[in-house]
Amino acid sequence: MTIVRFLIRRILTGIVVLWLVASGAFFLFFARPVATVARNLAGREATPAVINQVIKDLGLNQPIGVQYWHFLDRIAHFNLGHSYFTQESVNTIIRQDLPPTASVVIGGVILWLIVGLGIGILSATKARSVFDRLSTVGVLIGLSMPTFVIGEFLLLVVFVPLNQHGFHWIQDQYVGPSQGIITWAGHMILPWITLAAVQAAVYTRLMRGQLLSTLGEDYIRTARAKGLSERRVIFRHGVRSALTPVVSQLGVDMGQLLGGVVVVEVVFGLGGLGQVSVQAIQTEDLPVIIGFVLVAAAFVVIANIVVDLAYALLDPRVRIS
Amino acid sequence: MTDQVPVPILTGAAPGGDDILVRVDNLVKYFPVRTAGFVRRTVGNVQAVDGVSLAIPRGKTLGLVGETGSGKSTLARCVAGLLPATSGKVFFDGQDITNLSRRRMQPYRREIQMIFQDPYGSLNPRRRVGSIIGDPFAIHGTVPSGERKRNVQELMERVGLNPEHYNRFPAEFSGGQRQRIGVARALALRPKLIICDEPVSALDVSIQAQVLNLLADLQRDYGLTYLFIAHDLEVVRHVSDAVTVMYLGRVAEVGPRNLVYDTPRHPYTAALLSAAPAADPDAAASRQRIILTGDIPSPIDPPSGCRFHPRCPKAQELCSQQDPPLEVKAGDAATHLTACHFPVEAGENLAAEAAARR
Amino acid sequence: MSVTTEIQFQVASVEGAPEHAVEGRSQWQLTWRRLRSDKVAITSMVVIVVMVGLAIAAPAIAALVHHPANVAFPNTGENAVGNPVGPGTNGFWLGTDDTGRDLMVRIFYGARISLFVGVVTTVIGTIAGVTVGMVAGYFGGIIDTILARFTDAVLAFPYVVLALALAVVFGPSLSVIIGIISFFAWAGIARIVRGQTLSLKEKEYIEAARSLGAGPFRIMFIDILPNLLAPVLVLATLYIPAAVVFEATLSFLGLGIQPPTASWGNILAAAQPFYTVAWWYTVFPALALLITTLAFNLLGDGIRDAMDPTTERLLRARKRTKQPRRTKPLVLSEEIPGAALPPAAQ
Repeated sequence: MTIVRFLIRRILTGIVVLWLVASGAFFLFFARPVATVARNLAGREATPAVINQVIKDLGLNQPIGVQYWHFLDRIAHFNLGHSYFTQESVNTIIRQDLPPTASVVIGGVILWLIVGLGIGILSATKARSVFDRLSTVGVLIGLSMPTFVIGEFLLLVVFVPLNQHGFHWIQDQYVGPSQGIITWAGHMILPWITLAAVQAAVYTRLMRGQLLSTLGEDYIRTARAKGLSERRVIFRHGVRSALTPVVSQLGVDMGQLLGGVVVVEVVFGLGGLGQVSVQAIQTEDLPVIIGFVLVAAAFVVIANIVVDLAYALLDPRVRIS
Repeated sequence: MTDQVPVPILTGAAPGGDDILVRVDNLVKYFPVRTAGFVRRTVGNVQAVDGVSLAIPRGKTLGLVGETGSGKSTLARCVAGLLPATSGKVFFDGQDITNLSRRRMQPYRREIQMIFQDPYGSLNPRRRVGSIIGDPFAIHGTVPSGERKRNVQELMERVGLNPEHYNRFPAEFSGGQRQRIGVARALALRPKLIICDEPVSALDVSIQAQVLNLLADLQRDYGLTYLFIAHDLEVVRHVSDAVTVMYLGRVAEVGPRNLVYDTPRHPYTAALLSAAPAADPDAAASRQRIILTGDIPSPIDPPSGCRFHPRCPKAQELCSQQDPPLEVKAGDAATHLTACHFPVEAGENLAAEAAARR
Repeated sequence: MSVTTEIQFQVASVEGAPEHAVEGRSQWQLTWRRLRSDKVAITSMVVIVVMVGLAIAAPAIAALVHHPANVAFPNTGENAVGNPVGPGTNGFWLGTDDTGRDLMVRIFYGARISLFVGVVTTVIGTIAGVTVGMVAGYFGGIIDTILARFTDAVLAFPYVVLALALAVVFGPSLSVIIGIISFFAWAGIARIVRGQTLSLKEKEYIEAARSLGAGPFRIMFIDILPNLLAPVLVLATLYIPAAVVFEATLSFLGLGIQPPTASWGNILAAAQPFYTVAWWYTVFPALALLITTLAFNLLGDGIRDAMDPTTERLLRARKRTKQPRRTKPLVLSEEIPGAALPPAAQ
């Protein structure tokens, strides 16, 4: 199957998935007795008058099918409604708060992959050396710590002392890349490390294991016997085939990544989508929550498509199918 | 029943005589070959068993011989009800047990048991031997759990195991002992038929003799009927009353043991027998091996006509066109059937013919 | 989950572990003997036992220092500016939190929640996961397709999104948390159990059981399950710390245990604004969390290594004879441990 057909099929599937997710969210939130929903939305202290107003405004009295239809209609037009709390359009909120989230994700993923795979490869090639043992200990600690603990730890141990001693490059809070790449990186470096830490640990072990077993295969021995440089043997042959299960695992982990993003945003006060949605929970701001759910689902779908393309590229046995 | 191959009556009884415990009528078992993917189309069939009929009288042993790929193990599993037959029938004690539902097959499971080839794979390594042997009691509820231990230990003793080892794990037993465990398990419910799927192939020769003797004793004591599958001709000769030779899913020759071994009519049988090692060096020296050309063909795409014709030293044009029926050849006993257009004659030098062909 | 694939490779080594024995020692007895000589694993076990003990004894400890968990001591527990006081002041062994409550006592009460959640969710997840995995693997066909796809969907699903949604609908509470975490735990276990079942199904002794007339459920629970216990045990031990972390994360985000009930997650959340002035408020709960999860992870790896002695024997032989490095390095349990990370150890 060609790339175009593959893409078309995956995009269509993705739309179906999004539709399922949106419907799921809708029914989860709205398919309850009208009064309960209204009271939730109006806030715990609302008077009956306010509740009635809310019911009227949001059309909660209509049959659930009608509400559902309106909901889908709105979504299809990319109109995600308005925040109950701030009255802002959810689209605006998303647009505003996407950059921090995107910054964290992009940097974090790159860092996680480079560090994770890199240390994994090094550990495998130097199996049982001091480096390997140290990295194993590091991996173990990384695996045992929740992301937010790592974040707080970094704040405590890196950010605070550095700032106290006049070294101000590393900051918390978010600034965009428009303020200068160096500045941007300085603000983002700790969140990146935090996000990447746990995942890197996992991928280090995964890569190490895969590469070790691949390097034990006979065709590697043949390559060495042919006289190829060790570097070529390891990278062209070993890593390439060891990479495929890692890449396929990546698809599954895209979903997990979002959890880490939310935590990192909260710890470092980055004000991205994650943090906003957590606040939305506390205020029961449903449109924002639904908006975040949809964006998250869309991200996972797209990320999975990208990962599948990468997988097909790596493994010639898998042609896009 | 269409194109009915006359069901051979075995072992010295007149047709319609002995009580037949197992009858297989034109059994066919195909395994479909499917394309990969979500919707899978069938693009071919592995024709594992392609029209086999046989009959086993009560208390007798039918030996089933053939190379790997002849379909003998598949046939055995169809008879045991472990695989559903594609077509054809299996009769047990007069009842049609072909493709019965699990519930309706359940009572027959007490009467039909199986002994497997691999002494290491056929016992669950994580269960104690007493529990394994006592399984049939538990499954069919014939013995309450309080009394099971005693019954199991009796069985163990009967097959030559130390009953004190009731609580041991299979790993602590040798291959021969494990096969005895398998025999004990099969014997627990006093079945009528035991299907032995190459029970001694994985054992050392000296141990083979012990296990075979055990099986013979049990047959005598309990009136068991055996379907004995093997590829070792000498073993089959030792245990069988009658022998069926299979090739690529079909029966090549069937008859009382002595007749088949002494006067094989099918070229394949003759070739097999000539390749079997002879213990007597003089006999071995004077024997001439019939060397067959080629390998056994694929069961997905079997040869036309007689399946053996590409390798047969006596093959002629007729053989590639017409499938020879399984019938009594001129001069043979009524119980000796062969599926061949040009069966081996007495005094014929097949080895020379095979050499000339090559 | 993150490392399902990897764990699959690793537990495969456990499944095929030899069962040699003299005198009828079962697999478990052998494993225990090997485990006993593994110092790291024993240390971890001790640590876990101590932690559990402290958690159970939390009320007693509170009485000992006269600081009940949810009672604030603004006089002794806060300094002039209203900030927490450090470890060792005024009889607060580990210091106080921002409202003047004894931090140590709250940490031990938090241990109760965390350990309880960790164990209960793992037990639920294991039972559910093993059942689903076995059924899917054994029956195959359409049942397997449906169950397997559903399992994969759950695994890939961003847990945070679901946790958010459920927290809104049902409100955060202990039972909701247990529900959410169990929901993700079973999927990882189910996937691995299914894989194991698929390969076990082809073994001859299963065919033998069928020929005896055993029904599918008898075969699953009496013949297949005993062969699954080893990898499942390893998995479960590695899932407990992940569940603990998951709970801590949810509480940290405000989606879990609500104050004033102490949970390591919500203590750390409350400690956030104070990290510059009260390092102990962040460090001690984090340490408790780290020690607990580390101990479970090490124990899980120790159990896995104890169940697969082959590599261990080879390693010892290598050390003795100093053989040149083999071209085929050992993988699997030779590696030093890492945890199975079910969805949210982040």
